[in-house]
Amino acid sequence: MLEIKNLHCELEDDSEVKILKGLSLTINPGEVHAIMGPNGSGKSTLSYVLSGRDGYAVTDGSATLEGADLLAMEPEERAAAGLFLAFQYPVEIPGVGNMTFLRTAVNAQRKARGEEELSAGDFLKIIRAKAKELQIDADMLKRPVNVGFSGGEKKRNEILQMAMLEPKMCILDETDSGLDVDAMKLVSDGVNALRDAGRSFLVITHYQRLLNPIKPDVVHIMSEGRIIKTGGPELALEVEENGYADLLAEAAA
Amino acid sequence: MAALDEVQLREGVDRETVETVQSMAGTYKHGWETEIEMEFAPKGLNEDIVRLISEKNKEPEWLLEWRLDAYRRWLTMESPDWAMLKIPEIDYQDQYYYAKPKSMAEKPKSLDDVDPKLLETYAKLGIPLKEQMLLAGVEGADEPRKVAVDAVFDSVSLGTTFQKELAAAGVIFCSISEAVQKHPELVKKYLGSVVPQNDNYFAALNSAVFSDCSFVYIPAGTRCPMELSTYFRINAENTGQFERTLIVAEKGSYVSYLEGCTAPKRDTNQLHAAVVEIVILEDAEVKYSTVQNWFPGDENGKGGIYNFVTKRADCRENRAKVMWTQVETGSAITWKYPSCILRGDEAQGEFYSIAIANNWQQADTGTKMVHLGKNTRSRIVSKGISAGHAQNTYRGLVSMHPKASNGRNYTQCDSLLIGDKCGAHTVPYIEVRNASSRVEHEATTSKVDDDQLFYCRSRGMDEEEAVALVVNGFCKEVLQELPMDFAMEAQALVAISLEGSVG
Repeated sequence: MLEIKNLHCELEDDSEVKILKGLSLTINPGEVHAIMGPNGSGKSTLSYVLSGRDGYAVTDGSATLEGADLLAMEPEERAAAGLFLAFQYPVEIPGVGNMTFLRTAVNAQRKARGEEELSAGDFLKIIRAKAKELQIDADMLKRPVNVGFSGGEKKRNEILQMAMLEPKMCILDETDSGLDVDAMKLVSDGVNALRDAGRSFLVITHYQRLLNPIKPDVVHIMSEGRIIKTGGPELALEVEENGYADLLAEAAA
Repeated sequence: MAALDEVQLREGVDRETVETVQSMAGTYKHGWETEIEMEFAPKGLNEDIVRLISEKNKEPEWLLEWRLDAYRRWLTMESPDWAMLKIPEIDYQDQYYYAKPKSMAEKPKSLDDVDPKLLETYAKLGIPLKEQMLLAGVEGADEPRKVAVDAVFDSVSLGTTFQKELAAAGVIFCSISEAVQKHPELVKKYLGSVVPQNDNYFAALNSAVFSDCSFVYIPAGTRCPMELSTYFRINAENTGQFERTLIVAEKGSYVSYLEGCTAPKRDTNQLHAAVVEIVILEDAEVKYSTVQNWFPGDENGKGGIYNFVTKRADCRENRAKVMWTQVETGSAITWKYPSCILRGDEAQGEFYSIAIANNWQQADTGTKMVHLGKNTRSRIVSKGISAGHAQNTYRGLVSMHPKASNGRNYTQCDSLLIGDKCGAHTVPYIEVRNASSRVEHEATTSKVDDDQLFYCRSRGMDEEEAVALVVNGFCKEVLQELPMDFAMEAQALVAISLEGSVG
């Protein structure tokens, strides 16, 4: 599904600041991978580079989604190709109804893929059903995108967008940050409900706690712009107990 | 020539505004020209031209004198220079002041007699000249709506639809030249009573040479059975358009009026100096909505309409109410301040505006709320959007006179910047001359945020779609005040006007 090879990137404005330094990663269809790592290891940057945010220059390496060169695409083309990023800090868009936003997005993607646009009626049916599954009340659909949403509501809204857009490759950037236990349960339930043989996940997180309900197939530890260790779910538990210090020392040795 | 007396537009044009809106795409869409033989008055402006226009319209002596008086006053006045606009010198002698399609020389008896090319023009613009039920075509709109149209082509009105049905309700909706013939007492009573001939330089010019436009009279206690609209098209080159609209709402009446405008793309600038006067009597209410889509000039600032417009509503009696809603996306220069004179006690004025300036456009626009009566209320919501190299100024006056006790005003001015070469300015004038009135003013300036755009794009929208979405969100408070299909048109326009403003 997603194949990253030897990815190097630096800040566009400051080539002295190198962030990714040879990151490689392969995620097969249906797999859930988690990336953990200390602050500043480049986890969020990885999600931005994959989704095409401005400000980063890729200097070496490649990233492909089902064989297609992600790095050559505009952000909206990546989305239409099936990539989705759940933001760590979802953005507020005043005056734009959540429903309008999602319908515009869904239809933009359909159009880009040469599919017929969803009618207002069909869209409404689908979004109501999905909102219900995620315990999102109708009021939240009408409010402007993320404006005045609580932290939990914002993250649930990201999961709703994911459910509506039906991507193949989902990247969750610290979706658990700032969530209380109940909100986290809703988010992880949402993710689990979307797990599918044709859909892969890359879950970026600081904490092991999200990885209990979302059981990953593979766990990577990232440091200084590289994957320094890869293992099963037990690796996350090890980090939870001992911190990163031992792993970092091991990698440095 | 007086306009068409009994024109019944029956067949031929059946496309709906909504349909056109849905197909809107590309840059300025109405830039094509209708090739048609025109009759012009000689170039230039002098008393003979004023006489000629008056004669062409078969006007009574008093109106000719009124025009000549305006012309003489205009000669003594100077073009205003207080706005934040760079207005190139305009050669008033290098313009035509009267242009009429030749085929309109003979008064057409029915639509079959109107030049098909003219009708095609409106069909192409998506203006329904066929008397039919208009489906709003929007979710939630279950009631079909009717809209009566007065189509103005350069200096003449081609015809007005639904006249019979309106007449049955006692409503008069016709071109002003026709009104001069048929209802001279009304025209004489109200013309110039809101915007006097010498009100300002451009109003004086308009008073001297105004050609055609709409006259609306709603009798006492009548709710106008449909929306009324006027559609202006400037087609002829080097021709100024000077339309004059007069709306009179008698006691307890109601009308909603829409105005739309377009012009072909040309390298040269064209002059447009209109006057709109609205008289609102006791307990009456008028809603006036404008979508202005004149050609704004190209991306290098060449061509475009110079738009100098005086619009004023006089809430002459108690509890009279007016609401201006405008969406301005066109014209190279906009100088326009739709105003409310709140003369009656408890009169209300509202002004909702979206002004978009892209490329090299300049806009200096806003409103005047003049509170004269007791307990009068006004509300101003202005959304200015600047992109490219454009300069966009909100200029607004709120004035509470000594007798306007307990007057209330709320003003909200928001500016949105796209890119780093444009400018937004807010110039509020507030005068309060009594102790019991309250005036609130809020202003914000923001930029279209890269994070917002990236968020939208990461969900699959392209950059222009993303900008349009964010900007439409910014404008929402104003858009929701527009009649339904007008609002759709406006939304589409917002997107089109900002094309090329990013990336």
